[in-house]
Amino acid sequence: MAFPVIKATGYILVHAPRIMMEHGTTITMEKQHNPDSNYLQNIEKKIRDFDMAVRYAPNQVYIGNLTPEELRLIPQPWYDNLADQDRQGKYGEIIPENEFYAAMKIADSFQLVELEEEFAVKIKNILAAKNIYSEKQLVLFDRSSSRDQIKDLVSSGTAEGLYENRQLVGCVRRAHESDPNLSAHVIFENLVAKASGVLALKNLLYRNDMDPAAIDYIIETSEEAIGDMNQRGGGNLAKAIGEAAECMNATGVDMRGFCAGPAHGMLAAAALVQSGIFQNVAVMAGGSSAKLGMNSRDHVAKDMPVLEDMVGGYAVLVSANDGQNPVIRTDIVGKHKISSGSSPQAVIQAIVVDPLEKNDLKITDVDVYAPELQNAEITAPAGAGDVPLANYKMIGAMAVKRGEITRDKLNDFASRHGVIGFAPTQGHIPSGVPLLGYIRDSIREGKMQRAMIIGKGSLFLGRMTDLFDGISFIIEGNSGVVESGGIDDAAEFKQEIRNMLADAIQELARSVAGR
Amino acid sequence: MDMANQARIKETAEKFGSDQVVVILGGAEAESAGLTAETVINGDPTYAGPLTNIALKLPVYHILEIKDLVEPEVYDDQISMMEMVLDVEAIKNEMESIRRQFS
Repeated sequence: MAFPVIKATGYILVHAPRIMMEHGTTITMEKQHNPDSNYLQNIEKKIRDFDMAVRYAPNQVYIGNLTPEELRLIPQPWYDNLADQDRQGKYGEIIPENEFYAAMKIADSFQLVELEEEFAVKIKNILAAKNIYSEKQLVLFDRSSSRDQIKDLVSSGTAEGLYENRQLVGCVRRAHESDPNLSAHVIFENLVAKASGVLALKNLLYRNDMDPAAIDYIIETSEEAIGDMNQRGGGNLAKAIGEAAECMNATGVDMRGFCAGPAHGMLAAAALVQSGIFQNVAVMAGGSSAKLGMNSRDHVAKDMPVLEDMVGGYAVLVSANDGQNPVIRTDIVGKHKISSGSSPQAVIQAIVVDPLEKNDLKITDVDVYAPELQNAEITAPAGAGDVPLANYKMIGAMAVKRGEITRDKLNDFASRHGVIGFAPTQGHIPSGVPLLGYIRDSIREGKMQRAMIIGKGSLFLGRMTDLFDGISFIIEGNSGVVESGGIDDAAEFKQEIRNMLADAIQELARSVAGR
Repeated sequence: MDMANQARIKETAEKFGSDQVVVILGGAEAESAGLTAETVINGDPTYAGPLTNIALKLPVYHILEIKDLVEPEVYDDQISMMEMVLDVEAIKNEMESIRRQFS
């Protein structure tokens, strides 16, 4: 079979402390219910500056400047042992909040983002020097508002403020007077997802010298619902992002599945490419403002910096087999069925063991597993432990049960077949896909043969089912032989030979008769 | 302990009577299992949920404590993997200590 390949990846992070303070739900709920709490009084002192966020080693792994192995060697806490790398990475970049406001402005198709005059001039100069925005996009910053106009909009409750160093420098206006799905808050959230998605896709394109026009289709896999009061989740953020990233030949669709969304998106992209429907499908998502500062109460209580100040974004290009890039083995796919059961064992059996067993592979035949890759330095202080490590232990325990490894090797399993968690806790963002850049490189360099991506989703959060979900697929090295297809192609080839032979015989007959 | 689960336990105990209900926990960690056990015995220690100031005094065990009562095949199918992963001793000790303290 002509398996599709992972042709390119892009990863971005946005340092967003003010967005966290205004839109992170843990913080906004506290402001509503407990405005004078110690937590709120102390949180400002625990906010990181941009330099600390850039030099935080897990963030450097996310943009490709450090490998997960290198992260393992850096002593914790990582917020005290900062790395030396800068904001530009192999796969993408870390963006400061003010530049992100500019990206929100560029992503805004309905003139809902207002920037204050001085700020607009400053940010236009910064962007112009970066050479990634078009003249048409830069002109947008010539239209600005006075600080007083913006203040009035925010204080009237019809707009959400944009702050730089706690100063109001802009706002996002509501898009409708009474529709709650087009309120300033929802538009803000959706513009954060859109703008960070655009940045991820743009980074993929320009860091890999890809022509935006080559993208045929975009699958957006975030967790935001785009629509008005008559179609709350109507979509289509994918096409909106494609437009802003100038992918003029693309259309697309939003795929949702909570944290499992990206893995579902990858498989759909693989199917579209392998079937020949499209050649180049981008799977991507921007991040979430609501999830910022989710565990900040515990970070503040434990006197550590608030580490959930990063909005994440990723983009992966799935393309027709080029004989070089790692392939997605669409014949080794695991899924958690409706009937699979919800015990952890049933979940691992369905997602990890069943697809391997079906293909005569052992658990230990997979070099690296990429389950949820949340950074434990963020989750452990809040009592949620080390999520990737827990996943690796469960997979390892299944290998023990199946007699593939002995019980005393269980603790080694995590370091042999896993990586240390490094992704921001942005729901869908840490779910398997952050490791695709590293996996692609490692397989191309011959350091890895086979990896499994595991997406898991907590569907019960939406209160429509109490089921859990999960889906997995295998990535392998490319054999270099680009087979053109299966049985159908072979039959076509045979027919073509028959036709050529028939033509040759007819020609021969004519020449013999002619004599 | 999660608010919705507190409400369900409260409702179940009211409907069938506290002497007819046994709570079986599956929590992955000793401290959280202990907190849940305390909640269904003595009431919500965080004073946030439906079981605040309500001591149901329900018998409560972790699934790892009642291995002998479960069909071996079912246990192997559903629990044996987690038994390898979790700190079984810590969970058992915490459960016993909570029961001693509050029952």
